[in-house]
Amino acid sequence: MLGAFIGIFSTIVPTNRLPLGISATSTPSPSALSFSPDFAALVAARPHSTEHIALGGQAAAASAPVPSRWRRSGEAPGPARRSGSRGGARAHAAPLPSFRRRGPAGRAPRAPVRPGRVSAASPSPGAVALPGARARGWAAAAAAARAAQRRRRAEGARGPPSPRAALYVHWPYCEKRCSYCNFNKYIPRGVEEAAVRSCLVTEAQTLLRLSGVRRVESVFFGGGTPSLASPSTVAAVLEAVDQAAHLPADSEVTLEANPTSAPSSRLAAFGAAGVNRLSIGLQSLDDTELQLLGRTHSSRDALQTLAEARRLFPGRVSVDLMLGLPAQQVGPWLRQLRTLLGCCDDHISLYQLTLERGTELFTQVQRGTLSAPDPELAAEMYQEGRALLRDAGFRQYEVSNFARNGALSTHNWTYWQCGQYLGVGPGAHGRFAPQGAGDHTREARIQTLEPDNWMKEVMLFGHGTRRRIPLSKLELLEEVLAMGLRTDVGITHQHWQQFEPQLSLWDVFGASQEVKALLAQGILLLDHRGLRCSWEGLAVLDSLLLTLLPRLQDAWQQRAPSLVQGE
Amino acid sequence: MWTPAGRGRWHGRALRLWEAATARRGPPESGPAPTRAAAAAAGTPRSPDGPADRKEKIDMSRFSVENTRNFSIIAHVDHGKSTLADRLLELTGAIDKTKNNKQVLDKLQVERERGITVKAQTASLFYNCEGKQYLLNLIDTPGHVDFSYEVSRSLSACQGVLLVVDANEGIQAQTVANFFLAFEAQLSVIPVINKIDLKNADPERVEKQIEKVFDIPRNECIKISAKLGTNVERVLQAVIERIPPPKVHRKNSLKALVFDSTFDQYRGVIANVALFDGMVSKGDKIVSAHTKKTYEVNEVGVLNPNEQPTHKLYAGQVGYLIAGMKDVTEAQIGDTLYLHKQPVEPLPGFKSAKPMVFAGMYPIDQSEYNNLKSAVEKLTINDSSVTVHRDSSLALGAGWRLGFLGLLHMEVFNQRLEQEYNASVILTTPTVPYKAVLSSAKLIKEYREKEITIINPAQFPDKSKVTEYLEPVVLGTIITPDEYIGKVMMLCQARRAVQKNMMYIDQNRVMLKYLFPLNEIVVDFYDSLKSLSSGYASFDYEDAGYQTAELVKMDILLNGNIVEELVTIVHKDKAHSVGKVICERLKDSLPRQLFEIAIQAAIGSKIIARETVKAYRKNVLAKCYGGDITRKMKLLKRQAEGKKKLRKIGNIEVPKDAFIKVLRTQSDK
Repeated sequence: MLGAFIGIFSTIVPTNRLPLGISATSTPSPSALSFSPDFAALVAARPHSTEHIALGGQAAAASAPVPSRWRRSGEAPGPARRSGSRGGARAHAAPLPSFRRRGPAGRAPRAPVRPGRVSAASPSPGAVALPGARARGWAAAAAAARAAQRRRRAEGARGPPSPRAALYVHWPYCEKRCSYCNFNKYIPRGVEEAAVRSCLVTEAQTLLRLSGVRRVESVFFGGGTPSLASPSTVAAVLEAVDQAAHLPADSEVTLEANPTSAPSSRLAAFGAAGVNRLSIGLQSLDDTELQLLGRTHSSRDALQTLAEARRLFPGRVSVDLMLGLPAQQVGPWLRQLRTLLGCCDDHISLYQLTLERGTELFTQVQRGTLSAPDPELAAEMYQEGRALLRDAGFRQYEVSNFARNGALSTHNWTYWQCGQYLGVGPGAHGRFAPQGAGDHTREARIQTLEPDNWMKEVMLFGHGTRRRIPLSKLELLEEVLAMGLRTDVGITHQHWQQFEPQLSLWDVFGASQEVKALLAQGILLLDHRGLRCSWEGLAVLDSLLLTLLPRLQDAWQQRAPSLVQGE
Repeated sequence: MWTPAGRGRWHGRALRLWEAATARRGPPESGPAPTRAAAAAAGTPRSPDGPADRKEKIDMSRFSVENTRNFSIIAHVDHGKSTLADRLLELTGAIDKTKNNKQVLDKLQVERERGITVKAQTASLFYNCEGKQYLLNLIDTPGHVDFSYEVSRSLSACQGVLLVVDANEGIQAQTVANFFLAFEAQLSVIPVINKIDLKNADPERVEKQIEKVFDIPRNECIKISAKLGTNVERVLQAVIERIPPPKVHRKNSLKALVFDSTFDQYRGVIANVALFDGMVSKGDKIVSAHTKKTYEVNEVGVLNPNEQPTHKLYAGQVGYLIAGMKDVTEAQIGDTLYLHKQPVEPLPGFKSAKPMVFAGMYPIDQSEYNNLKSAVEKLTINDSSVTVHRDSSLALGAGWRLGFLGLLHMEVFNQRLEQEYNASVILTTPTVPYKAVLSSAKLIKEYREKEITIINPAQFPDKSKVTEYLEPVVLGTIITPDEYIGKVMMLCQARRAVQKNMMYIDQNRVMLKYLFPLNEIVVDFYDSLKSLSSGYASFDYEDAGYQTAELVKMDILLNGNIVEELVTIVHKDKAHSVGKVICERLKDSLPRQLFEIAIQAAIGSKIIARETVKAYRKNVLAKCYGGDITRKMKLLKRQAEGKKKLRKIGNIEVPKDAFIKVLRTQSDK
């Protein structure tokens, strides 16, 4: 299916050149490789030989001077210089020369851009005039994003990629606490948005610099309720990203939107700011359930927002639907899903309620004032729901995520493929290999949780990184395994090899009796394509991992001494 | 001999105690109080120069046999035994009169908390009455028939007892059991009705009960308030008047009964002894009649109630003796000691305590095994009635199978482990020792006896090789207000008990006697009885031998595979209900797996109960994005680590918790 789209869109995508400069200089160790979301996996069985679509060449474009205050960070000094020199080495015909011309002075508020006016495929001189300059036409953006996937696929099979990453931005504020949510969120009296904005921008710049990332493939504004933020904040962050690294015009830029805080005009403004994909926290189409969840919107609001979002972002709208709520029954829930199928776009996420400690629902269930959700019913909803979606032409590309017409979330795919990502904002998580640290060890990073403290730190140090945990090679492989199996394609041999060239999936899992039992039971598959869950297995993945992770650990311990030395 | 360091440390401590005691006591007062004079006369304070000054030791020869009384106090729990002992100690000057004297003889935390006496304690009281110096040896016995062996050996050193009964509660089950122990030992019984100061006290009614149940004339009862000290002096006088002096001879050669022993890490075994004949002093060579080992006596003395060395101990006296024994098993309770080369006929009644309740004990974490081992060793060194066998369970790891005298004994042991050694343990549901009379010649040859005792269910011989199975039974005494009779009888019937007797001990209190299979009362009988009678019914039991029982071995199967640690011996009539409970508990504690699990209870090939654990249909985290990965990986790895420790039955992984939930003592049977 995807192939068809590639065929269509490859004609629109600007043909870029390979950034040869990178491959010539160094070969990072696998743990440091900044793999792009590996869409190669999607079509692993197909030959790539005809797909010589070049990589994005803009990587070197953004080397804006780094304000001196950022250098107080205590992190590796002087990355600005380094990135500048690399940029030089990688000089190429940039398709968007206007980018280079933009310096910090160019960071003026963006003018509203009407969707469709500007296409990334044909950067007009007008784009120069537009602060931000990356305004995208929606259809074109969609096409571009898909083409980007194709490029990555091509690249994945072709040697060292450029340092690239996805970027997550956390907006920590909400109007109201939802009864099920234990995310890092705050209900403020008033947000000094200018200050928050400035900190988000600063931290994005700092982290991009530290990571040496040259190209940001997707941005995701999550929260909290990021749709409560001003479109200008979103624009400022995107612009900063584009300046500090490079944000190709076809990059996926998703915003989580709450039906009540996202009237049509705001959605359009977000679009103008550079957002090209919406994820709507619809959660339920039953008003009683919405009340139980502590949501501020009604099912009518939700459907209205969905309709407007589709009008503004056709083919680029996702909705969340929860299942397994207390007292929820299978029949009525399936009716909700059918209703939703009648009006949704090409992406749906089905989330089973997890009772998280510290939430109101958890407390109520603990106290016995609310009946605990029935796991049997939830399992049934999930099974029936995914079958219904399959019949409606949706592909379950991940445990909770369903897409048709190829509308997979690039950003989330990065997580499951263990690509690099940067986390910006209070409590945001990231995973990347910092540059200049001598080695290429990937780190898990967590930013300071509490917004005010985070802001203080960002103002002082340029970033609010609270913890940096180096990931060992084995830990990275464990993540490759646990995350990769959440997807329908699982872990292809190629994908695995990028992280661990010597110990194959066969080596690790092929001989294990326990694994064989899972294969025989038909819940796990290990074949020429790779390792993946069956339809049934995907629903019980966490149980499978309890067998697979120890197997990986054992295999890692027992690998040949020569390999150990090479570590 | 002790190491110099050990000796020095001990004496330093003893000395400080002594100084503190004398300082508080102050100068002797003249006046009617015999206590002061007695204290001054007998317990002459030693000089601060310490124990080296032997002249200061008490001369025990001054107490003739005629002026010696050996007695004990027996009572139902909370009827005031220890409080009375405190008053007696105060009256005789053994301890200072302060408000802090609360159950001085109950030294263990568990004793004070539970209001029970676990370890027998002894105090020699010096009492001046009508110009005569009396030596009154109070031998405090454990207050529960679990410890009836301890009680009986303590009683064997006595000539009389104080039977303390609460004026409010009246005769209770333990009162009856204790009375008969004393009665059978042919001791003089002095009934003492305590707590007459209480608002609801009805001493007259209790007098009538005592007359009816024990056939003791009403006028013999002494009505006291141990708490306030009312009439306590009369108790001492009655001890002198009504209890005969011991029938012993100083001139014969030494014959001493070991009735208790404790272990001191610096001085070794301290044996509590009662001298039936002769005398003993430092330097004497003595022999254990049981082990035939010879020891040299390092120290003798009396307990007042702390150890106080004396020159000698004479026939009829009770005290302690230290003779370089390194292990409590060398001072076996009930053993007879005599002088080297002067053997005597050992005293009768030496027998090892017989464990009646067995339970597995395992460390919660195997890494704690060695700590627990050392704690168990330390506890058993002072409680030789606990039998210890190493045991190991595939699910719970290495541990022990411990034998206890009874349920309370088991609880107390566990509590002491927790309190005194900070050890946390898994204690499995107690079982009783069954017996089988073998018919198979082959098995008889193998066991070398026809009747075997089965402690471990795995050893249960098949019915085809057995003439009959036997189970231990006890004679239970229940005393209850009559309004609960119906419920009590229902409970007893449900426990397969057979009624033996029933009598009204007053207008509205009934004493019931039932023959119980021991295993029916080992888990939760007492709790059930207490709850159905709002706490008013009391229960006690005594060993009543074995009786034929239709026992079967019940297997627990998981998908057809036998779970060894859950094999249970059960009475045929109870198999269904017990099997059902085990299956239900397993169902509640077995985590779902990737396939369905059938939990079955079976006798032979016959399935008697079944539960099913359904397969996981969904077990995957719904949301797993960038911010969730760290937490998710941590959780998965912890779970995977835990999975490695799981016991596998076939392909089913059974967490230790599941076994614990099934095996552990629970009262919600």
